[in-house]
Formats: sequence, C-alpha cells, structure tokens
Amino acid sequence: MSTYAQKKGFGGTIWDYLTTVDHKKIAILYLMAGGLFFLVGGMEAVFIRIQLAVPNNDFVSAGTFNEIITMHGTTMIFLAAMPLLFAFMNAVMPLQIGARDVAFPFLNALGFWLFFFGGVFLNLSWFLGGAPDAGWTSYASLAVHSKGHGVDFYVLGLQISGLGTLIGGINFLATVITMRAPGMTYMRMPLFTWTTFVASAMILFAFPPLTVGLTLMMFDRLFGANFFEVAMGGNTIIWEHLFWVFGHPEVYILILPAFGIFSEIFSTFSRKRLFGYSSMVFATVLIGFLGFMVWAHHMFTTGLGPVANAIFAVATMAIGIPTGIKIFNWLFTMWGGSVKFTTPMYYAFGFIPSFVCGGVTGVMVATAAADYQYHDTYFVVAHFHYVIVGGVVLALLAGTHYWWPKMFGTMLNETLGKITFWLFFIGFHLTFFIQHFLGVWGMPRRVFTYLPGQGFDTSNMVSSIGAGFMSAGVIVLLLNVVITQVKNVKVGNDPWEDGRTLEWAISSPPPYYNFKQLPLVRGLDAYWIEKMEGKKAMTPAEPVGDIHMPNSSFIPFMITLGLFIAAFGALYHADDKSWALPVLIIGLLVTFGSMLVRSVKDDHGYHIHKEELMDEEKGAEA
Amino acid sequence: MKRLAKWRLVSLFAILALALSGCSGKPYLSALRPAGEVADIQFDLMKLSTYIMVGVIVVVMVIFVIVFFRFRRKKGDNGIPKQVEGNHLLEILWTVIPILLLLILAVPTVAATFKLADVKEMDKKNSDALVINVRSHLYWWDFEYPGQKIVTSQDLVVPTNEKVYFNLKSMDVKHSFWIPAVGGKLDTNTDNINKFWLVFDQKRANEAGNLFYGKCAELCGPSHALMDFKVKAMNRDDFDTWVKDMQAVKEPEKATSDLASQGQEIFNKSCIGCHAVTPQNKMPDTARVAPNLTNFGERSRIAGILDHNKEELKNWIKNPETYKPGNEMSGKYPEMTDQQLDALAEYLMGLKVQD
Repeated sequence: MSTYAQKKGFGGTIWDYLTTVDHKKIAILYLMAGGLFFLVGGMEAVFIRIQLAVPNNDFVSAGTFNEIITMHGTTMIFLAAMPLLFAFMNAVMPLQIGARDVAFPFLNALGFWLFFFGGVFLNLSWFLGGAPDAGWTSYASLAVHSKGHGVDFYVLGLQISGLGTLIGGINFLATVITMRAPGMTYMRMPLFTWTTFVASAMILFAFPPLTVGLTLMMFDRLFGANFFEVAMGGNTIIWEHLFWVFGHPEVYILILPAFGIFSEIFSTFSRKRLFGYSSMVFATVLIGFLGFMVWAHHMFTTGLGPVANAIFAVATMAIGIPTGIKIFNWLFTMWGGSVKFTTPMYYAFGFIPSFVCGGVTGVMVATAAADYQYHDTYFVVAHFHYVIVGGVVLALLAGTHYWWPKMFGTMLNETLGKITFWLFFIGFHLTFFIQHFLGVWGMPRRVFTYLPGQGFDTSNMVSSIGAGFMSAGVIVLLLNVVITQVKNVKVGNDPWEDGRTLEWAISSPPPYYNFKQLPLVRGLDAYWIEKMEGKKAMTPAEPVGDIHMPNSSFIPFMITLGLFIAAFGALYHADDKSWALPVLIIGLLVTFGSMLVRSVKDDHGYHIHKEELMDEEKGAEA
Repeated sequence: MKRLAKWRLVSLFAILALALSGCSGKPYLSALRPAGEVADIQFDLMKLSTYIMVGVIVVVMVIFVIVFFRFRRKKGDNGIPKQVEGNHLLEILWTVIPILLLLILAVPTVAATFKLADVKEMDKKNSDALVINVRSHLYWWDFEYPGQKIVTSQDLVVPTNEKVYFNLKSMDVKHSFWIPAVGGKLDTNTDNINKFWLVFDQKRANEAGNLFYGKCAELCGPSHALMDFKVKAMNRDDFDTWVKDMQAVKEPEKATSDLASQGQEIFNKSCIGCHAVTPQNKMPDTARVAPNLTNFGERSRIAGILDHNKEELKNWIKNPETYKPGNEMSGKYPEMTDQQLDALAEYLMGLKVQD
C-alpha cells in the first residue's frame, strides 16, 4: 500500500491530491493554493501602487480601484495569509507533537477544498460582472447599496471558505488535545504548536460572528431581508460589531502562528532553548484572550461614546505588554547563543525591528483620542501592513525556507533566499514607512486618486517604488523554487543540523505514516535532548506494530463542489433567473448527498502491517 | 554602551524633532500642523506616544545590535551554548516597565477621550453655542445652521476662537467628517446623529490662509477620494456679517446682466428642482438632495475639487461623470449647448451674498 513505492502517472498524481487525506499532502495543497492567491493579491497591490504613484492618475477607473482594494485585502487575509499558515500548521504541527496525522484527516481535506472553492468563487467575480467593491470590511450601508453582484460574491465566497477555516481550526484543536505522543505534555510542546493551538481556539470563537454577519448580509442582498436597512428598522452599526468581533481576533489568528514560526527559528539557529518558554506560552494565551476584548478600537470614530472608547483604548494598550514580553524573550534567546545567519534567520532578524514598529504604532492608534486623527488614513494602512507584512508575511517567507526541506526533501538556495530577503525587506520599508506620514498629513485611505498640491506627490511615488522592490523579491523566490525543484537534491532528516523539535527526527519528507514507532518525549526540544546525548534518533515509545491509516476519499471534493454550484444558484436567484433555483437545489443535493454517502458507508481505513514496515526499513538500509 | 545608547537617543529625538517640524505637511491640511484646541490635544497625545514608543524602539534596537555583533556563529564553531531557561528578574522588568509606560499614556488618553466627547453645552436650553448640522451625501456636504436658520453646502463657514458644535448624519451611505488640521474625524452614520466639537484658532487659521481642507474618511463609493470640502474660518464679527448677509437673501437673487438672466432662466427650468438658491432651511434635510447654491459665486472650488472658474464650471456641468464617477447629478438634466453653459456659468458665478 505504500504510496511512495508506487510509480504514478500525471493523472494518478492529480487524483492522489484530489482524494488525499494525508496532512502532508494537504499542506502542499494549502501552500500551492495560498501561494497562488498570494500572487493574485500581490498583483492587485501593484496595480494600487501604480494608480497612486502620481496624482490624478487614470491607470484604473475609480470603480475598478475600489474593486482592486477590496479584493487585495480579502484575498491577502482570507485566501493567502490564512491558508499559507494552515500549510505550515498541517505540515509541521502533527510532526512536532509526534502524531501520525491530524485527528480528523477527512475533515482536513474537506477544510482545504472549502477554502479553495470559496476562494475560486470569490475571484470568479472578476469575470462575472465585477468584483466586490465595498472594502474588505464590507461596511453595511455601502455593501447593501453596492450595485451588481460583487458583494454577493464576497458574501458567498467568504461563507464557503470561512467554513473551511472553521473546520480546519477545530481539527487542529482536537489534534493537539488528543494526538500528542507519549511524554509530550502541554508544557513540552514547541512554540509553533502552542501558537497553532491558541490560534485554532480563536478561530473556533471568532469565525461564528463572521458567519452570522455574512448570513445576515446574504439575506439582505439576495432574499430581500432588511437587517442593515435603516429605513426599514435595520441597523448598520451591528455589522461593524459582527465584523470586528471576528476581524480583530483574526489579526491575532494570523500573527500568533507567525510568532510561533519565529520562535522555532530563533531557538534553532541560536542553538539555544527558547528564553522564558513558560512566559512565552503565557503571553501567547494572554494575547489570544485579550484579542477578543478589543474589537471596538476599529470603531473609535463610529460614535460609541467616551466610555466605550476609553475602555477599549486601555484594553488595546494592554496587549502591548505580552507582545513586548515576546520580543524581549526572542532577543534573549539569541543573547549568549551561537547565531547562524541562514535565510530563515535573516527573516527572523528583519522581523524584530519591523514588527516592533508595527507594534508601537499599534499602541499609538490605541490612543483613542489621537486615533480620531489616524483612523481611516494612510497611517492605519502603514500600521497594519507593518504588522501583517512585517510580521505575518516575513514569517511565511521564513517558514517557507525553514520547512521547505521537511515538506519537499530539498533545500531552497540560500543565496537566492537572501537576495529575496533584501529585496523584500527594503521594498517593504520603502513602501510603508512613508505612509505613516501620508496619513497624518491628511491622506485618507481607500482613495483611488489624490489631487496635486496637498503635499502627497513625492511620498506616494516613493511608496510605489518600494512596491516594485517587493515584487522583485517575490519573483526571485519563485525562481528559487523552480531551480530547487529542477535540481532536486535530496536532503536528510535534519538539514539545518540544529533542529530541536520532533519534525527533524524523521526523514524529509516524512513517510506517509510519519512515525513508524511513536517517539518518547523526554522534555522540551525533544530531538535536541536525544542529540545532546549522542543518539541519532528518538527513543521509541512502542514496539513496531500495525499502523491504522485512513483511506483516501473523493467525498470532501464533492461536498464542496455542491456548495460551489449552489452558491451560483443563490447569487443569480436575486436576478430572478429561472434556472437559479434549480441550480441552488441541485448544488445542495450534491452536498447533502455526498454527506449521506459518507454517513452510511462504513470506511474503516486500512492497516499497514508490521511486516511491511520491517521490509521498508530493510529496503531503506539496502 | 550606556553612552552609546544615550547618544542614539539624543540623535533619534533630533531626527524626530526635525521630522515633526520639517516634514509636517501643509498647514491647511496636516494633522501635524494643529490649528485648534482639539487638534492640539490630539497632537500632544501623538507626541507623547511617539516619545514613549521611540524610547521602546531604542531599547530594543540596542539589544538587537549587540546580539547581531556579539553572538554570530564563527565558522566551524561547534560549541553548544548554555541552555538558559529564563531569568525571573529580567522577565519581571520587561513586564512591569511597559505597564508603567502604558499607564503614563493611558491616563491622558482617557482624559482626552472624555473631554473631546463633552457636548453638554449644545443640548442645554437657551445655549448660545454655535451648532452646525452636517449632512453627508454621495459625494457632497450639506451644512445647516439651525440657530441662524440658514443652509449652505460644500464650503463650511465657521467663526474662530470658540467652540463650534456639530451634529453629524449621513443621508445615504456612511461617510466620515474630517478636517485634519483642526481635529480628528467622526463618522456620519445612517442610523444616528453623532455629536462633537471643534475650535478653529484665528492665528493659525491665518497662517493656513483661512481655508482648511476637509475630507471624507470612510469608503463611500467610487468618488470617495473626491468628496472634499473646504472650511472658511473667520473672526466672530465677520461670521456674524456673513450670517446676516445670508439671512438677507429671502428671494432668489435677480441676475444683473442679460447673459446671466438667460442663465437664470435655464437654471429655473433644469436645475432648481434639486438645487436651492435661497438659504432658508424650510425643507427637511431629506429633501435637500443637492448642494445649496445661494453663495456659489463665493465658494472656493467647483464640486469640492475643481478650480473655481467659469471654464471648470462649464466642464463640470457638461460631464460631471468624468470628474466624480458615480455622482447623483449626472443625467438628471438635459444636455446643454455651449451658449447655454456660458449663460449658466455667468449666472451661477454671480450668486454672491457679500460684496
């Protein structure tokens, strides 16, 4: 049954990926799909910067510009950053806790396909009458009045992909709680696993408000409800609350795993255990908790009144404290260490000043009374790009270089990696630093153009040039990936040589069952402990025995395909198209039919027998 | 090392001071050139938070630079550094010090937040505070002075050196009312009225040419970027004169030249259905569907964005869609010949209430 032993044709490989429930393959799917959407969102960003390079530009029209900014934000958050983090969570977290897969492999595949089809649906809007144009926040009064189907694509596409994220989050939670190897107590879990755990818990609580908000808006736009229609007794402010009760935790859902990635990298390449591990865990949990207490700071200018604004201002500032703890812990992890400047370490090193800038401007915008000036200006644009690009995207790039060997068995070229870093890093600061000033000089965000004579011209040009550098960096990265895959030089278990956590204890890429015998974990940095005692591998916690594996399944794809079809029916239902309702029904039938098949058909998986495992070992040795 | 840190601190503050004075934007537009009490409070908070935050950045950067130079791995170094678990003293320090720093920032923040929201005066009976009702539309601004019983649009006229109170509401989608040099923004919601106050400082208004730029700060559709307005700040006496002059216009002003009276005829046929040319607020805000043009000839911009001259006015009337995509004016009136446009421009530019 060993899939790696079989030689497959191209079609076979495609079918393999369409039906896979293996967390490592799903990780690769997430990486490819997320990477694709990252490129799409990046191109949108470039269009924005071309349009704003000079005053009164007409590179794109006003309406198109609003579509581009909406899709840039939505794509980058929901379809690029989240899935790319999910890629690493899938690829690494089960390995780090010494598990053979996630708790629910079938759901894992379902989560991916939901995200992917939701994303495809959303992006099809470009070809079907226009993309959403009410901003990624899609504030109700504008979104409800937006003409065409753009916002309908937003509502339905995000609903589908959000469902995937929620399923993914629940799956990771269950995995961390139930699948840890013997000896892997909570306080021995690597930081990336911890941050995955906390981020998943946040997904569990943060996505339902979004689901509710999107559902209400769907009813308003497609089925004639009036939840957000003030004239009919509706209320638009409630959308702002629902969106930000989701939207703010979402920021931490993104940044916590990024912190996790950097924690691994700092520790590995300093050859030191993470400084203040328990306070790092504490800070992570605290940030996760406080992340739910601060959403209204996005609404300081909505008119909630001074009591609400003051409370949310102070609560927001409080988040600065655990974040500060983390920064100092990273610095002191390197202090006294033996720091090796690999490409991932370049990113980690560049992350510190970038993210500190984003963090301190975060405290500045938390200052409610002063935020009345910053709010909805380029200052805020600069702030959240410092956090999300300077934090999350740098972490994604770092993680890509760091775990590429574990996911694909090859090393990305270090020189090209460092070139990517410098281009991206310089471009990033060039693009966004100046935007702080643009904001306080009076430039609102989301403007498709600006008039000359307001002092915005030079700075916008500088910002646009920076975007060029960032694009060049991404192109070098793509080249690097292609070159690496063509060369295809395989590496061993621990290619960085300083690996500390369990994923480095097995081959790159790992066998499809991960661990032949579950490892015995004797402390934090389990693999490092064994290495320091001169051992080559982990001490097994069990004798070699049969391994129970799940069967591949095409059902996740079918469930999602049904929803994808149904979404078109719902969308065109608003136009009174006669075929819309049947399409909606057929789509839902496909979905629920597939679920029924899944429910009534017994699928017990299969076993890899002890003898096979023994044979494979012999084969590997021979 | 201590000395180095000190030197860095000084130079960073110097750069900061330079940045705050040199690159502080235009006096009529920039939040870094505050021209009133509210903007001053906000600017002070900005400075306080910036100083604290620059301090934090300096501390981080000093450690960062030391780590970079001192702890690089030498080639072929296979030594294993001491595995340190943590350090209680350090960890307590970098928890407590930030808490103290944030307290220093939190107290004035809370105080300022309450102060800026204090609008008790405008709700008092017999209050003589100046109140202005702002109504935002796609993509223009309507200003009603309920106490003075006059309405104007696009150019907000305010007295200096006193608190001016605002009632903000939107008539279509959400916008946000922002005069950066004078104070932070507040959203105009569709659901409720938001209230706040601003003060326009006479001296600094003079420096800014007595004309501040106002902006819409909430995405509201294609022409969000072009939803500008202007604020004319004048001393109380001039303001009172302006109010009297406005109030004196009871009937639409008669055109003075032949060309202008032709224009007035066209206006009365094609435009007056939406645009009023008398300032009385007899109509409710929902019925004021287009900018009031009573004192159009004295405004500073056409449609908030174009230079104030006949040529631009004719361009605007000819094709508003090219200048403000998605506006509510396009296609609501018959196409005009050049001769008609000339007449209309002559008439509109002559609409003045002051001499």
